[in-house]
Amino acid sequence: MSQAVQPATEEFLALKLDSSEILPLFDNANNWQERYRQIMLLGKALPKLDEEFRVEQAQVRGCESNAWLYHCEIEGKHYFLADSDARIVKGLVALLLAACHGKSSEEIATFDIEGYFDRLGLTGQLSPSRTNGLFALAKAIKASA
Amino acid sequence: MDLTKLRAQFPTLEQTLEGYPLCYLDTAATSQKPQRVMDAMVQYYEKDNANVHRAAHQLSSRATSQYEAVRDTLTRFINAERREEIIFTHGTTEAINMVAYGLTAHIKKGDLILIDTAAHHANIVPWQQLAQRTGAIIKPIPLTSECRLDETAYDALLQDKPAIVALSHVSNALGTLNPVHSLIARAKQAGALTLVDGAQAIAHLAVDVRSIDCDFYVFSAHKMYGPTGVGVLYGRYEILDTLAPMMTGGEMIKSVSFEATEFNILPNRLEAGTPPIAEVIGLGEAIAFIDELPRTETCRVENELICYLQSQLEQLGDIILYGAHQDNVGAVAFNLAGEHHQDVGILLDQQGIAVRCGHHCAMPLMLSLQIKGCCRASVGVYTSKDDIDSFITALTSVKELLL
Ligand SMILES: Cc1ncc(COP(=O)(O)O)c(C=O)c1O
Repeated sequence: MSQAVQPATEEFLALKLDSSEILPLFDNANNWQERYRQIMLLGKALPKLDEEFRVEQAQVRGCESNAWLYHCEIEGKHYFLADSDARIVKGLVALLLAACHGKSSEEIATFDIEGYFDRLGLTGQLSPSRTNGLFALAKAIKASA
Repeated sequence: MDLTKLRAQFPTLEQTLEGYPLCYLDTAATSQKPQRVMDAMVQYYEKDNANVHRAAHQLSSRATSQYEAVRDTLTRFINAERREEIIFTHGTTEAINMVAYGLTAHIKKGDLILIDTAAHHANIVPWQQLAQRTGAIIKPIPLTSECRLDETAYDALLQDKPAIVALSHVSNALGTLNPVHSLIARAKQAGALTLVDGAQAIAHLAVDVRSIDCDFYVFSAHKMYGPTGVGVLYGRYEILDTLAPMMTGGEMIKSVSFEATEFNILPNRLEAGTPPIAEVIGLGEAIAFIDELPRTETCRVENELICYLQSQLEQLGDIILYGAHQDNVGAVAFNLAGEHHQDVGILLDQQGIAVRCGHHCAMPLMLSLQIKGCCRASVGVYTSKDDIDSFITALTSVKELLL
């Protein structure tokens, strides 16, 4: 995941996403509307990648929409930036990043991504048979860390 | 026609998804199957299972009779002239590949192949491969701004005497209907060989290959209430008989020695290996199911549903329809203005609505529409007005959430 062009390191560090803050938001979401409203809000928290970074080398395969992923490692911690041209997908991507952003290789390797999506009430969205790209993205994140 | 009774024949339709009743509007991808189709296949496996065309014993004789009876059924169903004109394949994709491969010797460098811009990839890529092998040239037949095949442009292209014209009967992505009778007549006048991809037509329209007068007509069983894994290649005998077999091996030979092999006659010559016997029998049952429907009425009802769907979508607002015409068959394509088709698909799925969202294996069409993809709602004989209403209600919720 080391592209020739990368967003600046500060941009990676500027992104604040933490799964421990996100989970409570979903505990109170009683139906799909509330869950997906939260997901869209999260998507908005992910900065839009500039055109120059929306390139094929950064594209995540297996996604019906376009999704791009960038990664950098600073002092043993992994930081990510990602974007998608679909809003719900972008929110789902943000959920995934929240679980891994700023974590060590070991934390990422042992993180139970499926359990996390189940807890969010999004069982099934991470399945390899879905075309939302999350499965491929999760694999790419685990592989880069 | 009693819709409740009809729906009761389709066990998959009876289910809820996280509290929402399944609303299946993805028949164009694959139809649901009536119980009798599954029963026919189970019955074959339970009672008659044997290989075909090797009838030294009673089981094989029974299996062969059932298998060959479906060829007769199909001959009548699409009004072919001879039973040898019906070849069982694994589906539309294989059928088109067999034609494009089998015609290699007919095609030379510089020959022209015309393809419908709205064609499914299965009706594009095999021709591209043929062109690569032979040096033939592929030209797309453009669409009008209404997403209909541009007949003026078509006639102009026919002036160049194409060797092959490949059309869709009904576009899978849009549900638009091509006037195949007249298009084929003009192609033949120009001296072209013609193939019609009937994958999206066969479940909805009465198909008469002799009246269409094409050289080849292809379709898949799984889109006409039958099983996956089997499809049909119809070919006019004289031309079918000249196709080089794409597959060789058992069943398709008359005699084999290490010096030379003599091929069998049609239809066996193009059916190498053990065929999907249970699936062919399932297809036979699917045709029996269709035959028992009041066809004129189901066609009218399906058309009413499509028009109702189009008008409800229009009323909803913020909807872009693609190629929506009153004579569309089976499907309606749309996008929610400014929203990604995949987002819409994810949110409809939350409410038990099954539609397809994507490029629909028709990337050249998406390119010509200048979109990345769209959503497609498609109907079958079991689709009710309530399904359309549930879909519109669900889409209203999606719209509220997204806009
Ligand atoms: C118009 C059309 N052609 C070809 C195909 C390919 O059919 P199959 O996948 O059954 O071979 C389809 C199915 O999606 C289709 O709709």
